[in-house]
Amino acid sequence: MRDFIGDWHALVVLLLAGVIPNQIWRMLGLWLGAGIDEGSDLLMWVKAVATAILAGVIAQIVVQPPGALASVPGALRYGAVAAGFVAFMLTRRSIFAGVLCGEVVMLVGRWWLG
Amino acid sequence: MSSIVSTVLSLVLFVTYIGIGALAHDTHFSLAWAILSTALVWAGPAQIILITTLASGVGILQSAVAVTMSAIRLFPMVVAVLPMMRNPGTKRRHLILIAHFTAVTLWVECYRFLPHVPRERRVAFVHGLGCGLLAIGLCATVIGYLLAANLTQTFASAILLLTPLAFLFSTASNSKGLADILALGLGLAFYPVAALLDSGLDILVSGVAAGTIAFLVHKWRDQPGEIS
Repeated sequence: MRDFIGDWHALVVLLLAGVIPNQIWRMLGLWLGAGIDEGSDLLMWVKAVATAILAGVIAQIVVQPPGALASVPGALRYGAVAAGFVAFMLTRRSIFAGVLCGEVVMLVGRWWLG
Repeated sequence: MSSIVSTVLSLVLFVTYIGIGALAHDTHFSLAWAILSTALVWAGPAQIILITTLASGVGILQSAVAVTMSAIRLFPMVVAVLPMMRNPGTKRRHLILIAHFTAVTLWVECYRFLPHVPRERRVAFVHGLGCGLLAIGLCATVIGYLLAANLTQTFASAILLLTPLAFLFSTASNSKGLADILALGLGLAFYPVAALLDSGLDILVSGVAAGTIAFLVHKWRDQPGEIS
């Protein structure tokens, strides 16, 4: 049970840094409702920064991988993502084809490297 | 055809949350933490930003700011979704749970399903839809967490790789305009550079820089069109 819950400190951090920053915006949307211009400059900028932050996190997982992924050589991690991207583009942007191809390349690469 | 699209969306949701569960395991969060984060945050990008920034040891404040930036997009989404199911008799408190369920997947599904649902039934319908999607997400979080805990290193690393792949391609397929594509490409390219600076604010620095450049290029490209 102790392993299941972990430490309380982490759950408080989840609330402060994860739950509240998300729910604030959903509830604001509920209370303020209409009257927001989706094409406004401010919202465009926020969207671009949010996309770039997500892209940065994606890069971080591949460049400085956590846990088991760190056991995969760097070249193979980049190669798998690149191969997935090629498959994604060739299949007219099929997310599934991209994910599948990236995974297969990584698994075959690991098997081949031994 | 529409049923195929719906399967693919649920499948992407499932794969995404398998990856999030595995990521939470390998960054040493507890299973309860992972479950609560899926149930209470219910936004994939915000969750991987939260997990990755906290695990890399930056402060709570920096994590919260990064998560907030990604969560702002929920605001226009809620504003767009709620009028589709509002009646004269709908109370605001009836919509609280729907506001909570609102994320990319629900948003897309509402546009697809709601035109076929009578208006007075829509609030109930979306509650069911939201619960179903959340149930998929919760199951996948637990499965991903347990898989990462019990599999050999090779398969555990394959599951961890799901997160960057699924998010990269789903963001890329949602990128319609130049600003989106530039923000994605520059964001990927800037992070390694910002990481070299080792300021402790890597994600925010690269995100704000790449996003701002993407936005400015988009504005600058737009201008000639407005004049002519």
